Amino acid sequence: MARRGSLSLVTTYLSLVVLLPLAAVVWRSQEQGWSHFVHAVQAPESWAAVKLTLVLAVVVALVNLVMGTLIAWVLVRDSFPGKAALDTVIDLPFALPTIVAGLVLLSLYGNNSALGVDLAYARSGVLMALLFVTLPFVVRTVQPVLLELDRDMEDAAASLGAGRLTTFRRIILPNLVPAMLGGTALAFARAISEFGSTVLISGNIPFKTEVASVAIYNQIQSDDTANAAAVSTLLLVVALVVLLVVDLAQRLAARRG
Amino acid sequence: MARHSLRWVALAYVSLLLLLPLGLVAWRTFEKGLSPVFDSLTTQEAGHAFQVTAVVSVFAVVLNTLFGVTAAILLVRHEFPGRRLLNAAIDLPIAVSPVVVGLALILVYGKFEPIGGWLDRHGIGVIYAVPGMVLATVFVSLPLVVRAVAPVLEEIGTDQEQAARTLGASGFQTFRRITLPAIRAAVGYGVVLSLARCIGEFGAVAVVSGRIVGQTQTATLFVQERFENYDQPAAYAASFALAMTAVIALVLTRHLRRRGIS
Amino acid sequence: MSIIVRNVTKRFGDFLALDDVSVDIPAGSLTALLGPSGGGKSTLLRIIAGLERPDSGTVVIDGSDATATPVQSRNVGFVFQHYAAFKHLTVYKNVAFGLEIRKWPKDRARARVAELLELVHLEQFADRYPDQLSGGQRQRMALARALAVEPGVLLLDEPFGALDAQVRQELRRWLRRLHDQVHVTTLFVTHDQEEALEVADSIVVIAGGTVQQVGPPDELYDAPANDFVMSFLGPVTRLGGEVVRPHDIELVTMTRTHSRGLEPGSQVWLVPAKGALTVPTMVSA
Repeated sequence: MARRGSLSLVTTYLSLVVLLPLAAVVWRSQEQGWSHFVHAVQAPESWAAVKLTLVLAVVVALVNLVMGTLIAWVLVRDSFPGKAALDTVIDLPFALPTIVAGLVLLSLYGNNSALGVDLAYARSGVLMALLFVTLPFVVRTVQPVLLELDRDMEDAAASLGAGRLTTFRRIILPNLVPAMLGGTALAFARAISEFGSTVLISGNIPFKTEVASVAIYNQIQSDDTANAAAVSTLLLVVALVVLLVVDLAQRLAARRG
Repeated sequence: MARHSLRWVALAYVSLLLLLPLGLVAWRTFEKGLSPVFDSLTTQEAGHAFQVTAVVSVFAVVLNTLFGVTAAILLVRHEFPGRRLLNAAIDLPIAVSPVVVGLALILVYGKFEPIGGWLDRHGIGVIYAVPGMVLATVFVSLPLVVRAVAPVLEEIGTDQEQAARTLGASGFQTFRRITLPAIRAAVGYGVVLSLARCIGEFGAVAVVSGRIVGQTQTATLFVQERFENYDQPAAYAASFALAMTAVIALVLTRHLRRRGIS
Repeated sequence: MSIIVRNVTKRFGDFLALDDVSVDIPAGSLTALLGPSGGGKSTLLRIIAGLERPDSGTVVIDGSDATATPVQSRNVGFVFQHYAAFKHLTVYKNVAFGLEIRKWPKDRARARVAELLELVHLEQFADRYPDQLSGGQRQRMALARALAVEPGVLLLDEPFGALDAQVRQELRRWLRRLHDQVHVTTLFVTHDQEEALEVADSIVVIAGGTVQQVGPPDELYDAPANDFVMSFLGPVTRLGGEVVRPHDIELVTMTRTHSRGLEPGSQVWLVPAKGALTVPTMVSA
């Protein structure tokens, strides 16, 4: 009884807030047919924004894959004064409002930069913003796995003659890969959908620094919901496919292990 | 040696990306002393923006907490057809751009038929008003409480609950006296996380609010509007205030997570 | 290969784990390092393996000083209490790991792995992953992995500690038989005196960071060097300040009927039990 009540409550809530609206986006994108959808996505400004977004997201994912794993490694295996503070600070991009993140980056890398680098209104500025907001994903997925990793495995490998690099490559890395991929996929999904942090630093110049979310935003502002829905649907599909593929890969790896 | 170089690479990356820019914002904010910061945060416009943020966030967090705890119990304690599907659907908001969230809500609750049109004919304004902003904020922060509570529920198991039932406690009594105290820290963690997310939401709210200054403008929208109108002191001051809430949230979540573990 | 440990001292912060320890392990023996937990036996084993470095002292393996030799090149086989199975590799790949590191030719390595899997009775599990094995099977896999590289010495750190009682019994006997077949110098750590007495040729008792006594099981049991060794090897009781084994003494009373039991103040005699080998001298109480 209570179960059925809460189940219908939960599904209704989820439907009203999430499922129905998302379905409406997909519906709207297909309302005028597939060819119109393709046409809308390939309109020059939208297509440039989508391409830029995907390329940047791939770069962001790769940088995170390496740097996130490295930071997780340092947080688990190294010890130095201030490590706990570093560990706390990693989550800041999750807690900090994205618009503030944009402003924060602009203050250091903007046109009156203290470092003398001006990334404002440039693609590199957008890249910085995306790196900022995605920093925690890989760190926070790899860190717990590394923490749980059986240190005896490394001693065993060493006693069998494996050097440090071999042990890392053949013993540690294979055990981290599922977590690394999971975190990277999340970072990628976040990067293709990011909006707030790029608004101020990118200047939103069409064909140059305008990312997909901004393109969608502009289309909504000019009441062009059909085209906005088309680009939105494309973003949704890409994000979901990436997350699904990685989930599937992790499941396969788990079954094997 | 190699280990140290890794440490420096990590520290340099985090410093350049996070710490230096943040420090600079603090410095820029207080460059001309405390009073201009105070002045720009006490204008009517700023005050109203923070007030709107507070109202929207509180509504969204209360709704999501009720939903989150119910959904977590449902997912962990019950077996029913479609459970995995529901589980996956709850994570959906993570993969959706805030702007798409805004668009999605407009398409249903804006002037479009059937729902939006019906609401419109009955004089219920959702989009460009607080209800729409609450919906948008609920959407983006939906998974947070569920994902904070579910693993803890899983970990504490059903032994204590079953023991309470054998001692004569009703379902509700068991929940209130056994389950709830056990997940309290996790709920707190989820609430703080959601609150931070709600206060910081920008894109989805930017789309559905219509950004009417003095009416539907939130604190984050205020930052952008002031910045683009060349009122940098106000933008920095509001940013600093928002950053401070983020830092407080961070410290709180850390504290709660540690309590949740022990 | 023999192992000679000379004057080894090791501290962890303020804690003195090993205090000037010297031990000789003859080639081809099966030796137990026995002692209570925290007594330093695992630390000694890890120092011999090269997994820890002593603060001072030397380790000589097969006549040459190995103190500064890193673990990779000591050619020791090490077996861990919790198996340390490579979770992402099959049983076959686990056992082949050391051979791949040593770049053995493929077919020779394959033959060697097959030989070892047969030795540990895991032939039909070659393609399984460690998660699909029982604890006992995992530990046998770990043993095969350690033995595959033909180590000069085999070191086992509480190898049966994580197993349940019955599997433990089986593996104990099996280790004994294995050693009789392979004859590699074997050193294993245990806190279980029964295990040490049953399996080992020779026992080194370690407690409080120092060696208490070294000798064959019988000698340790019959002539314990001190009260600690005696009490660690079996149940003891204290009578008039002396440590005695309960089954080594008999209580003789002069009461008329046993049903009434002893009354306070009645006289009793303690006499050596039949077959008792060690009865400490006692004064009348």
